[in-house]
Amino acid sequence: MPKITYIEHDGTQHTVEAELGSTVMETALRNDIASIVAECGGGCTCATCLVHVDEKWFEIVGPPSAEEEEQLDAAFEVKPTSRLSCQIKVTEPLDGLVVRTPAYQGR
Amino acid sequence: MSETIKTDVLIIGAGPVGLFAVFELGLLDIRTHLVDILDKVGGQCAELYPEKPIYDIPGIPIITANGLTDALMQQIKPFHPTFHLGEMVTTLEKIGDPLFRLRTDTGKTFEAKCVVIAAGGGSFQPKRPPINGIGPYEEKSVFYAVRKMEAFRDKRLLIVGGGDSALDWTLNLQPIAQKLTLVHRRDDFRGAPDSVNKMRALVAAGGMDLKIGQVTTLEGTDGKLAAASIKGNDGSVARVEVDAMLPFFGLTMKLGPVADWGIKMEDELIPTDTAAFETNIPGVFAIGDINTYPGKLKLILSGFHEAALMSQKAHRYVYPEKKLVFQYTTSSTSLQKKLGVA
Repeated sequence: MPKITYIEHDGTQHTVEAELGSTVMETALRNDIASIVAECGGGCTCATCLVHVDEKWFEIVGPPSAEEEEQLDAAFEVKPTSRLSCQIKVTEPLDGLVVRTPAYQGR
Repeated sequence: MSETIKTDVLIIGAGPVGLFAVFELGLLDIRTHLVDILDKVGGQCAELYPEKPIYDIPGIPIITANGLTDALMQQIKPFHPTFHLGEMVTTLEKIGDPLFRLRTDTGKTFEAKCVVIAAGGGSFQPKRPPINGIGPYEEKSVFYAVRKMEAFRDKRLLIVGGGDSALDWTLNLQPIAQKLTLVHRRDDFRGAPDSVNKMRALVAAGGMDLKIGQVTTLEGTDGKLAAASIKGNDGSVARVEVDAMLPFFGLTMKLGPVADWGIKMEDELIPTDTAAFETNIPGVFAIGDINTYPGKLKLILSGFHEAALMSQKAHRYVYPEKKLVFQYTTSSTSLQKKLGVA
């Protein structure tokens, strides 16, 4: 199974196994990573599962869709490599992925 | 002071579970009023995922959240519930056995024999931007809603956001503001195209400023804003003198005042029994996502079940002298009369 590393705002690192086909958001919730809120449960409608994808990984992960880009307007401190983690599907090429989670998801 | 509204049951929250509670209570001749902080019914279904399909409503293989809300509204129509939308219940006090007095933030007062808290994940409230030291400015010179436009006449305004709220208030306030600056993180707007065009025309004509970036710092004293710094995506920082800021980043769910009503809570949820979904206060029930009990699942279908069982117990409080005879809508003429089909 691919591994994902979440680095929280305070530097806490979690490296966890991710199920293929699940999302980076679901994997965070399953592993109790509290800085991912995911209020809408993965509907791409609340912008509370923001992550900053590590720059080395951004090209592999890819940019947000138009729908996701609109939702990013409701997030804070959005960077060029920011994504909503509910919209990142776990695939083999993402083994080793590193994402940073913000201190604040709007609540 | 407005007149007290008397009802059998006050339901807090007009999401799917609150709406279905109207049906189950209605079958037992219990009258209902509903209060919801949103300006529309449907709760999370309406606010978070109106067009998303739901696949686990029994007997309905697929339905959108809006579709479910519409269907529930049709289903409860025979019971004529009264809706109080765009309002938040702020206080609940026990004044009888059981009888409750509740007040809303718009000044309405209710007296209800029972209260049903169907508030889901809490009340939807505006997202607060994470700007250092924003707290003291809130409700003084930083506002998340416009209550009276006149308050902004001849003021220098900073509006933040890229959706319809930001654009609508930009267009509405621009004619009366002394100066208006709109800040958005990118040069693309998800608001209605017509509003975007009007805003761009105003910018081109010099009627307002548009800045692409994020507000990073606020300056001012005693809650009175004097200036804001906007960091552009190119790293440049612009300082804009402003009297008021209006951030529009959408809504998020916060538990809200329910925590102050003397109801026992656990991790922002309300523990209930599983026979009637009653809280530690007899006559106050909690159904749907806001309650917790062993085995709880946050599913709409679980909330529907909870509404049905809650109604049986509520009947005892509303009609203590009447014996409740369990009936099916399929075969009971009396229930069918209530539904207007017999």
